[in-house]
Amino acid sequence: MSLYLESPRTKKRNAAERRFQSYGLAAIAAALFFLVVLLGQIIGNGSGAFIQTRLTVPVTLDAAAIEKAEGSMMKTSGYRKLIVASLSAEMQAKGIEAELDSKAAKALLSSGAPNTLRQHVLANPADIGSTVTLKLAGSSRLDGYMKGRVTRESISDDKAITPAHLDLADELIGVGLLSKGFNWGFVTGNDASDLRPEQSGMGQSVLGSLAMMLVVLAVCLPISVAASIYLEEFAPKNKLTQFIEVNISNLAAVPSIVFGILALAAFIQFGGGTIGIEAFRASAPLVGGLALSLMTLPTIIIATRAALKAVPQSMRDAALGVGASKMQAVFHHVLPLAMPGIMTGTIIGLAAALGETAPLLLIGMVAFVQTDISGATSFFTDPNVGMPAQIYIWATRADGAWYERAWGGIILLLIFLACMNIVAILLRRKFERRW
Amino acid sequence: MIGGGRLIGRLHSFAGGDMSASTLILVLIALAALGFFLGRSRALASASGNAQALHSRPHFYGANAALMVLIPSLALFAVWTVVAPLSIKADIAQSVPSGLVDEGKSLDLLMTDVRNVAEGLDRAVVAGALTSDAALSIDTETTDVRALLGGVGVALGANVGPEVLKLAKTYRAKSASSSNIMTGLVLAAAMAGLAFAFLRTNKDFRARNTVEATVRATLIFAAMVAILTTVGIFFALIFNTLEFFQLYNWKDYLFGTTWHPHSGGGSDQPLGLIPLLWGTIYISLIALAVAVPIGLFAAIYLAEYASPRVRGTIKPLLEVLAGIPSIVYGLFALLTVGPLLLKVFGNEGLGWMQGASSVMTAGLVMGIMLIPFVSSLSDDIITAVPQALRDGSLGLGATPSETIRQVVLPAALPGIVGAIILATSRAIGETMLVVFGAGAAGKLSLNPFEAMTTVTAKIVSQLTGDADFTAPEVLVAYALGTTLFVVTLCLNVIAQIIVSKYQEQYS
Repeated sequence: MSLYLESPRTKKRNAAERRFQSYGLAAIAAALFFLVVLLGQIIGNGSGAFIQTRLTVPVTLDAAAIEKAEGSMMKTSGYRKLIVASLSAEMQAKGIEAELDSKAAKALLSSGAPNTLRQHVLANPADIGSTVTLKLAGSSRLDGYMKGRVTRESISDDKAITPAHLDLADELIGVGLLSKGFNWGFVTGNDASDLRPEQSGMGQSVLGSLAMMLVVLAVCLPISVAASIYLEEFAPKNKLTQFIEVNISNLAAVPSIVFGILALAAFIQFGGGTIGIEAFRASAPLVGGLALSLMTLPTIIIATRAALKAVPQSMRDAALGVGASKMQAVFHHVLPLAMPGIMTGTIIGLAAALGETAPLLLIGMVAFVQTDISGATSFFTDPNVGMPAQIYIWATRADGAWYERAWGGIILLLIFLACMNIVAILLRRKFERRW
Repeated sequence: MIGGGRLIGRLHSFAGGDMSASTLILVLIALAALGFFLGRSRALASASGNAQALHSRPHFYGANAALMVLIPSLALFAVWTVVAPLSIKADIAQSVPSGLVDEGKSLDLLMTDVRNVAEGLDRAVVAGALTSDAALSIDTETTDVRALLGGVGVALGANVGPEVLKLAKTYRAKSASSSNIMTGLVLAAAMAGLAFAFLRTNKDFRARNTVEATVRATLIFAAMVAILTTVGIFFALIFNTLEFFQLYNWKDYLFGTTWHPHSGGGSDQPLGLIPLLWGTIYISLIALAVAVPIGLFAAIYLAEYASPRVRGTIKPLLEVLAGIPSIVYGLFALLTVGPLLLKVFGNEGLGWMQGASSVMTAGLVMGIMLIPFVSSLSDDIITAVPQALRDGSLGLGATPSETIRQVVLPAALPGIVGAIILATSRAIGETMLVVFGAGAAGKLSLNPFEAMTTVTAKIVSQLTGDADFTAPEVLVAYALGTTLFVVTLCLNVIAQIIVSKYQEQYS
């Protein structure tokens, strides 16, 4: 048989080789396909939350009407009348014949629109008596119609809006009174009640997450650096050291919800309940931060130890050789060299903690927070939500408009996570040293 | 020390005898700073200004004095903060009239009431709704205590009885005197530490050794936090689980085949573990069936075939999949994969599926989530197989795929098994994904398109909301937590043993 001809056996073996390679490629392709679908779903479903439908209304701020509205019990209802009157007038001026009755106004305008107007008046009292053009939020149904989520078929048994209202909306678009714009309120605002998805925002939960991340940083960085220095530089090889190491590697694999149970029992029931430490109460970012700290600590310790291990022994030897104590060698020479690695590990640990939801649910960080939080102490101890918890709350409200908000919240969360990871990568690139 | 005593007295009166914790800590920090300068200057003075004559560098003497101020006082402060409320509580509990607890109220609930009233009175004094004298002499006949406390933001469930108010007043008096004693003792400890360090400071004192020993002790303490956390988890789970088993038969829990909790059900409601465990295992099996082949083949390709450039692009992309939080996967299961499966297998299609949540939905998405986990662990293990093994096999004429299948994979097998066990432990502990994707009712069924629930999802649902922490349907969550912890711990330990055995083989 010639060497230049493939024998049937070689052919078979080569075919098996190609098949095997293609399995690998198919696996990678499948994984990447899932990634693309997932990201596509997130962006496709969530980007709508960053867009808000608004009605452009030139409101005539009649001094008498405002005084009357401020004097009454339901202050916003007076402002609502002002808006409806101004909008009707504007519609007539633009040649729309349809009547804007109170039902149509309710169907099209967000229930928060009167408050927007009121806040404007309170902030700019000089405007009273003149006409100001305001962009007022449309209702969630109208918003859904503008984004294609709500159609004439889907509202057949909807009491809040009728096809006639949608016709009116089409006319408003025609004359330029109805438009879409970037929704800053979603980034800066607070949660809103069940029926007002168009007014809800992530702002409060971003603050809650920020507070928790500060707690995690303040707890984890010093403890993990100290623990790692001990284990890498000082610990004798004995049973205790071994026990600590086994503990750390096991804690790194404990499910996050167990840390939620720990935080509930140790901080809220024992610390806040039995001992009565006032700051340890349910829904407080301080407690959430502590729960996440315990969860993240093993991860950061493992990263910190790797960073310390990467500093060559010659650095320690040189310091010891010129008379430094062991402690001085570590704190003056080894630790600064390991710092970039420690920071990278810490940021990645923080990113993991930022996306964690389950422990927050157990310590009650799903509080409905509508008020702003002020003051340094209350920033950490007042009930709040975290970003993933806010997404969870919205997803459980089981409605198209809320699902859109939840996906939008995910986009915001992923942007934060991406930024943290990019900072970590840049730190690693800039400071990484190979000896 | 006479001067020190007078200073404490002055500080005490300066703070009105009622120093808050934060003020106290600020005072301690100020004392520590003072200690630093006193220690440093005394050391220099003892060497008549010549730092070279000192045993240690001057700042070590300062640091020594500062540490001597802070450590005893802060330790005392921490211990007192934890122990004092417990002992006050025990004191009050003894003086509770027997009639109060027998009315069906547990002692704990009564104590919570007492503390709420006491806290409310404190707040009322701070808010100015009550003078501090009036708070001492308040009684239920002349004042509506509930309305008064409601006005300062302390909501009470029921009206305040005269006994509770009396207990609350005792509680206030005791905690006030306790905090006064603590402030005095803590400041005394700080001053004593300062005086001790100051007197000990001279040029031959080995300040650096003392300071470094303290720092070393701090480092050891930080390393112990890992043990403390484990102990904390152990106690948090075990106490509440035991409490649950006092209310509920452990055999019914471990071997019960129905899960149907309802509030107020007491010990008769079915709280069987088996359906939840089955849901957990079923979902994990489907997830592994997705993640293991895809993850393993991806790892083999990346480790054995891919060029460094391809590897450098694909690996970070897979890591993106790993960095996405599990709540995102949960929403993906609920809103994308679930409806998609429903279209194919639901009533309009094959008719096997009733709703978007099912074992299959959660399992598939969890599989996607675990792909990067399996692939990166397997990748590490495959690359750790010595190159000599491959070279030998290729040199004998085997194709790369034959080398991988018959040489590399058998060599890496223990490590890969370890990785798969770790992935299983991940799947069992995953929470948010199954909360959204799997369903709410515990069921024993073989149909993968049926909604079932898991251990983790039930921990969340039993512990959130208005939970009454004395009812078995809430306490069962701790038993579930213990089960989860034990199972995942066992899997992790087994995986670690396998992986470390494997590493020894080739290192």
